[in-house]
Amino acid sequence: MNHFILILIGFLVATPIANATETDSVTVPNTMAERVKACTICHGDEDRAGRDAYYPRIAGKPQGYLFNQLLNFRDGRRYYQPMAILLENMSDEYLLEIAHYFSSLKLPYPPPEHINLQPEEIKLAEQLVFSGDPERELPACSACHGDNLMGVEPFIPGLLGLSRVYIAAQLGSWRNGGVMRGQTPDCMSEIAKQLASDETNAITKWLAVQPASGNPNPVTALAPELAHRCHSIVQENGAAK
Amino acid sequence: MKYLFFISIASRQKAGALFFSCILLMLLTMRLMAADTVIENPDLSVLEQQQTLGAYLTRVGNCMGCHTAKGGQEFAGGRRLSTSFGIFVTPNITPDEETGIGHWNQEDFWQALHSGKSRDGRLLYPAFPYTEYTKVTRQDANAIFAYLQSLPAVSQFNPPSEIHFPYNFKPLLSIWRTLYFKEGIYEPDEGKDEEWNRGAYLVQGLGHCNACHTTRNLLGASEGDTLTGGQIMGVNWYAPSLTSHLEAGAGDRTIEELAELLTTGISERAVASGPMATIVGQSLQHLTPEDIRAMAVYLKSLGENHTNDSNGTSFSVTTGSLLKQLKQGGQLYEQYCQECHGATGEGVPGIYPPLANNRSVVMDSPLNTIRSVLNGGYPPTTAGNPRPYGMPPFQQILRDNEVALVVSYIRNSWGNNAGLVTAIDVGRSKGGDH
Ligand code: HEC
Ligand code: HEC
Ligand code: HEC
Ligand code: HEC
Ligand code: HEC
Repeated sequence: MNHFILILIGFLVATPIANATETDSVTVPNTMAERVKACTICHGDEDRAGRDAYYPRIAGKPQGYLFNQLLNFRDGRRYYQPMAILLENMSDEYLLEIAHYFSSLKLPYPPPEHINLQPEEIKLAEQLVFSGDPERELPACSACHGDNLMGVEPFIPGLLGLSRVYIAAQLGSWRNGGVMRGQTPDCMSEIAKQLASDETNAITKWLAVQPASGNPNPVTALAPELAHRCHSIVQENGAAK
Repeated sequence: MKYLFFISIASRQKAGALFFSCILLMLLTMRLMAADTVIENPDLSVLEQQQTLGAYLTRVGNCMGCHTAKGGQEFAGGRRLSTSFGIFVTPNITPDEETGIGHWNQEDFWQALHSGKSRDGRLLYPAFPYTEYTKVTRQDANAIFAYLQSLPAVSQFNPPSEIHFPYNFKPLLSIWRTLYFKEGIYEPDEGKDEEWNRGAYLVQGLGHCNACHTTRNLLGASEGDTLTGGQIMGVNWYAPSLTSHLEAGAGDRTIEELAELLTTGISERAVASGPMATIVGQSLQHLTPEDIRAMAVYLKSLGENHTNDSNGTSFSVTTGSLLKQLKQGGQLYEQYCQECHGATGEGVPGIYPPLANNRSVVMDSPLNTIRSVLNGGYPPTTAGNPRPYGMPPFQQILRDNEVALVVSYIRNSWGNNAGLVTAIDVGRSKGGDH
């Protein structure tokens, strides 16, 4: 955590100076938007229907969450080769700046997907999302991801505005403990492992059809005992250096 | 049969040379050790000085780069290096007694760095570039050892390397060593000044530039000349010649330009990509301006001595179908590349590399250019370029034949002149690390 805050402070102090002194004579804008064109080719701001649905939206997600993911991709804890290549030689400071940039982007959310859900699927999904299953000690998704499911600052991402394919892939790789995500067991892998496949299926569909609106919740929205379950929250910014 | 015969002759000749160099070495080491005893007094600050020097030299050698797993504990090993010998898993070199080199002494360390032998006498594979580190002086080696021993001990066992047949057959390694391993400290060239010699010492020794920048034969040995360029074993990148003016030879570069590239990762005319970006990011950016300058001086002189090599492939596009291909490539360029690299491939100095008149683009081997287009990339973040601009990957957007068209186009526009590229070349350029 200290590490994270230190970098953050360094960043806040350094950025305005950097911006003030650098002026390129040529037409390349001295902006983050220009610097991350290599990212926005996939994480574009167009509506996702025109693109490969698998590329997750990253704009507006909590900064700490994005920073953790960038560290994970760079350091091999989350696996996606095209991104690992881009991030390979980037400093923590620059990754934080990139995380800050994307998290402060406020782009309109894509419209929800059109998927048919059976009434019993809706019931099952809503039950698990908002109440969990006390018998299995399975907390509600909303307990961590916020009542509106728009996430909690700074480490927990929202669950709306993501495609079904993407959510399914994430839950799948947590459950299988594969190389794709979460090399180390964590709260999400424990949760994903507890869900039966019809449950995962129902939740995934249900999340993808909800319209996204609202903002991530303040950090106070998260109960400490839940936060303690998650490595990515308690652990020093996930950077385990 | 013939081959074996050749080996036996070669080894007999080598044996003589080896004997001689052993004597020489003994004399030298004795001299350097004498120097050491002067340095090695119980005064703590001297030890600290040695460790500080060692920390710096460890950066120059990029020991941490190889001996740290992705996201792992520094120097605790576990990084997987794919080579054509197989996959090496680097050992733990922290001072942990059980899993690291905590029980080693200076002599053991010298034997590893200088002679490529582990503490128990096991011959080491040249995936550990002792073939270059052998040029390091005893004094510098001791400093590195002192630094490594001052690190926090990390208890970490690493899985064994997975070395392929026939390279896992140990006698092959000793044959290899007899043939290709020249043990010996760097010998200064009296005809050159101190700066040049310092540069040569760093480039040939700790900098281990030759570990990548030389053609390797099937046994993984450098072939003949040094720094003449070659495909890196097991990694799908071509490290260009540092002597030829057709590749990355620095004969026509200024010292300042070279120094800028090596420390910041980008200069007006060039950019460090792939494995070279990693070397700049992890190692070269931390060198003192004096050492970088010395390296640049040496590299420039290498380039100046090799200006007579000829371009084997002067290429000219004549037939109609080829012209049509280039036209299609041009359309793709306009759509996907021009916004950054400019309508005439001029680029933007220090931000987007030029493609016109860029030797990386027109080298005989199109491998790196194809890889840049497929995978994109960022120059390393360095003190001199802390917020680099990036190149998007196009693998998920362009088909192999489209990549071939656009690469052929940039290799033959704005005065560039190089061989065309096919979809098969593009397919072959996929895979590999970085
Ligand atoms: C080739 C397309 C592509 C490019 C280029 C790309 N990404 Fe990604 N990104 C993806 C995919 C696919 C995933 C999801 C990977 C997975 O399944 O875990 C992802 C995931 C992410 C995530 C995690 C999202 C989440 O909600 O967990 C972040 C953050 C991210 N990318 C940032 C970046 C940044 C920053 C760059 C530029 C340096 C970049 N990406 C470039 C395709 C891309
Ligand atoms: C104990 C707290 C907790 C609970 C309960 C929880 N999550 Fe999470 N979730 C997290 C954290 C923390 C992350 C971020 C993980 C990381 O940093 O890699 C996350 C990430 C995710 C992601 C990845 C989002 C993205 O953009 O990549 C999905 C999908 C997800 N959770 C779904 C769920 C679902 C579905 C449930 C309910 C069944 C649930 N979560 C319950 C804490 C929780
Ligand atoms: C290109 C990658 C690479 C670099 C750079 C590198 N090493 Fe290694 N090193 C290896 C590999 C691979 C081995 C294992 C070789 C074997 O097992 O035959 C090794 C082995 C060693 C050993 C022997 C350990 C043992 O248990 O026998 C020592 C000591 C060592 N390295 C120290 C260093 C130092 C000091 C540096 C920097 C000056 C360095 N290495 C730089 C890859 C590297
Ligand atoms: C790990 C392998 C590796 C090592 C070690 C290495 N290089 Fe490189 N080098 C490459 C590759 C691959 C390229 C081609 C990619 C590029 O152009 O940046 C390259 C390119 C270069 C270039 C040309 C850059 C350009 O675009 O004009 C120079 C100059 C260079 N290296 C110098 C050095 C020096 C000096 C050292 C030693 C201190 C060194 N390299 C060590 C792999 C390596
Ligand atoms: C968003 C800006 C951008 C776009 C668009 C772009 N590039 Fe690049 N290009 C870069 C940057 C930045 C680098 C340096 C990347 C690195 O260091 O790995 C680069 C590097 C290269 C290189 C390697 C040059 C060298 O000296 O090693 C080639 C070749 C290249 N680009 C070709 C292309 C082609 C062909 C396209 C279109 C298909 C393209 N680029 C589109 C920004 C861009």
